[in-house]
Amino acid sequence: MSVDIVHLANVIVSGLLTGLVYGLMALGLSVIFGVARVVNFAHGEMMTIAMYAAVVLFADLQFDPFVAVLPIAAAFFVFGYLLQAAVIQPFVTRPEHSQFLLLLALAIIMTNALLIVFGPDARSVQLDYLLESIEFGPLLVDRGKLYAALVACAAAAALFVFFHFTLTGTAVRAAADNWLGAKTVGLNVKRIYAIAFGLGAACVAVAGCMMTLLVDLTPALGHGYTLLAFVIVIVGGLGSMNGALLGGMLIGASEALAGLFITPSAKSMFSFALLIVILLFRPQGLLGNRP
Amino acid sequence: MTPLLQLRNVSKSFRGLRAVMGVSFEVEEKTIVALIGPNGAGKTTLFNMVAGVFAPDSGEISFNGKSVNGLRPDQICALGVGRTFQIVKPFAGLSVLDNVIVGALERSRNVGEARRYAETMLEKLDLSAKRDLPAAALTLPDRKGLEVARALATRPRLLLLDEVMAGLRPTECDRMVALFREINERDCMTILLIEHVMRAVMALAQKVIVLHHGEVIADGTPDRIVREPAVLECYLGEETDL
Amino acid sequence: MNARATCWLAALSVVLLFLPAVANNYILSLATLILFFAYTGQAWNILMGFAGQLSLGHSLYLGAGGYAAAALYAHFDIGPWAGLWLAVALSVAFGALIGFLAFRYGVSGVYFALLTIAFAEFTRIGVDHLSWVGGSGGLFLKVAQRDEADILNLRGTPAMFYYVMLVLATGAFALCAWLLRTRPGYYWQAIRENEEAARALGIDTFRWKMLAMVISAALTAVAGVFIAFYYNNLFPEQIFHIGRSIEIILGPVIGGVGTLFGPIFGAAVLTLLAEGATELVTALGWQFPGLKQLIYGLVLLLVVVLLPNGLWSPLARKLKVAP
Repeated sequence: MSVDIVHLANVIVSGLLTGLVYGLMALGLSVIFGVARVVNFAHGEMMTIAMYAAVVLFADLQFDPFVAVLPIAAAFFVFGYLLQAAVIQPFVTRPEHSQFLLLLALAIIMTNALLIVFGPDARSVQLDYLLESIEFGPLLVDRGKLYAALVACAAAAALFVFFHFTLTGTAVRAAADNWLGAKTVGLNVKRIYAIAFGLGAACVAVAGCMMTLLVDLTPALGHGYTLLAFVIVIVGGLGSMNGALLGGMLIGASEALAGLFITPSAKSMFSFALLIVILLFRPQGLLGNRP
Repeated sequence: MTPLLQLRNVSKSFRGLRAVMGVSFEVEEKTIVALIGPNGAGKTTLFNMVAGVFAPDSGEISFNGKSVNGLRPDQICALGVGRTFQIVKPFAGLSVLDNVIVGALERSRNVGEARRYAETMLEKLDLSAKRDLPAAALTLPDRKGLEVARALATRPRLLLLDEVMAGLRPTECDRMVALFREINERDCMTILLIEHVMRAVMALAQKVIVLHHGEVIADGTPDRIVREPAVLECYLGEETDL
Repeated sequence: MNARATCWLAALSVVLLFLPAVANNYILSLATLILFFAYTGQAWNILMGFAGQLSLGHSLYLGAGGYAAAALYAHFDIGPWAGLWLAVALSVAFGALIGFLAFRYGVSGVYFALLTIAFAEFTRIGVDHLSWVGGSGGLFLKVAQRDEADILNLRGTPAMFYYVMLVLATGAFALCAWLLRTRPGYYWQAIRENEEAARALGIDTFRWKMLAMVISAALTAVAGVFIAFYYNNLFPEQIFHIGRSIEIILGPVIGGVGTLFGPIFGAAVLTLLAEGATELVTALGWQFPGLKQLIYGLVLLLVVVLLPNGLWSPLARKLKVAP
């Protein structure tokens, strides 16, 4: 079976671009898991809610997802902050699986609430100007994918700037590294956790808005994205922002390739196999440093 | 007679930091030996190697004449070594009695037999009245007692005690000392203990080994090592209450 | 067990034994469902409540067991009682593999849960593409004769299936009650409470964790065989789906992980609540897809936040059947 090199390149590029959006979603989980130590099993469901928000704003108010992304991200920051501060914080002292079950419960509630409100039919955002393709030499790139990927990169860059060039951001990184030490020097760790969750939620919101440009939306998507986020974060390495983005691109590209060479519906098998291998043999992931 | 526990030139490093260097000593059967030294001297690392938590990088550890390098903790317990932990690890959700039954099952054929032996252990440690309480409800001295009872229930030949006296009041400490003396004299138990509380060391130990920066700097009877200049210099300077 | 508890248990047993005589098929099917979740809950509880390992991939054993027995029946006319052996063997192999890898490489806690999910999902997609068992189109067994009870081939009336499930659930309960009082029960709980301390007391934690995995997988496989013959069809998307794994854990979590009655009580509460709500809503003329799952989620949330040890223990104390 000979594959046209250009076609192959197009598939890979397409996968990489989608992967950047995945990467942003995973970045959100990395921040939440890495800083607040919350195993956010509702991560994908949160993204699905963001996607519905974008679709609704588009359908009712004609908000372009690129515009809607700002209010939605802000709303999600607040939502994430409150969720951590009010609901999840008390679980810090509880056994690990207790917190896991809490997030699982929230995930189930979110998915089915969406199902009840919006029904099971698929929805999408149709923007005509995104249907065109841009030519980069021999490569043909989907405009929607390109813009989505650019926004994802911008969001990741903004997060990077926050973490490395602001006081609050540095405090967050400190708390992630050493919870007790952070407390000892007077940092309000509870507030920092809440900020971290808020930021993670905001990332997910941006990723969600962008994802509406790439896929059709149903309430059942949430769970698959949660697992994908965990695969990426664990493969890329906990606590590594670059790892999340890199992992996202890797998964995006490999899924695209798997879709090309094997049957498309089997592409997730590769991700799960990779997760198993990494969990067993290199739990710190490709770029992470914490086992 | 071969010593019950023998360490020959044992060394262990952690990522370049040398925790234990060329340590050799012996523990004769039916004796009580104390391992003392400043914090960070490598005492718990040695304990962990004897108990099988990790293997030495080099050197030999033999118990009862057999090498135990690299054996797992449960295998070493099966050979006859019992240990307590510096930070107590009770089975919090189980009752006090059940905690000790778990230990007793090591040498009992069934739960009934284990329960009977566990109850005698609890009596020894004065915990019989609390046997049905959840272990989480115990005070620290009682938790320490439970830890000892549980280890004793495995019917060890060698008992490793890691800072059992820490946090105990003088009367509780004396009670523990009396208990250890009793099981040593009556039941012929060999004991190796890590201790900072000198009161207990002087009362119990027939031999004292002093560790400093991972090396043995003195090895002898309590009276002798108390006068060793090297020991006085590094360790006994403040605690002179003998 | 005190006198009160014995009375309650006796009353319950009478009700369970004679239910088919008084109940219609709908109630019977509901009761069968409750018993099914009580059974799978007990099987999962051995791994989690006793040995302390959180598995969210038990749908793997349901599916492996179900597909093994169903395939043997559909392709080779081998009855379920014979096919059971392959079903159990296959699930045990999966459980042993996952357990060996996880415990050997020190994967625990949440990572262990993720590992089990990954294996289940991987298998789900794999079987979806396995044409020998029907792939995504599903595997179908010859439709049952519902008027006669053919126990040998597990074809028959709702009452027959009810009794089969009753025997399984009772058996699982008795097994767990017995295990708790013997060496495995003590050792598993010790491992759950503090694995390091358990090792220091002579417990080979790897071996005992493997045992819990394997027993749990074997028991769950039997439930899979039951499903295959009860519904007469299997779809990878359904039986391997994480939704099944979640349903399995809901009973014990809500009732009380690690207790004996927890899984049964939790299963009953959940199923009745969900059915009741659905009936109510339909009676009011509405249609809410996903209502059942939403209720599961809400109950789980309430239990995890307010009564983390489950509903059964406080209730048992109130009813004075337990101290």
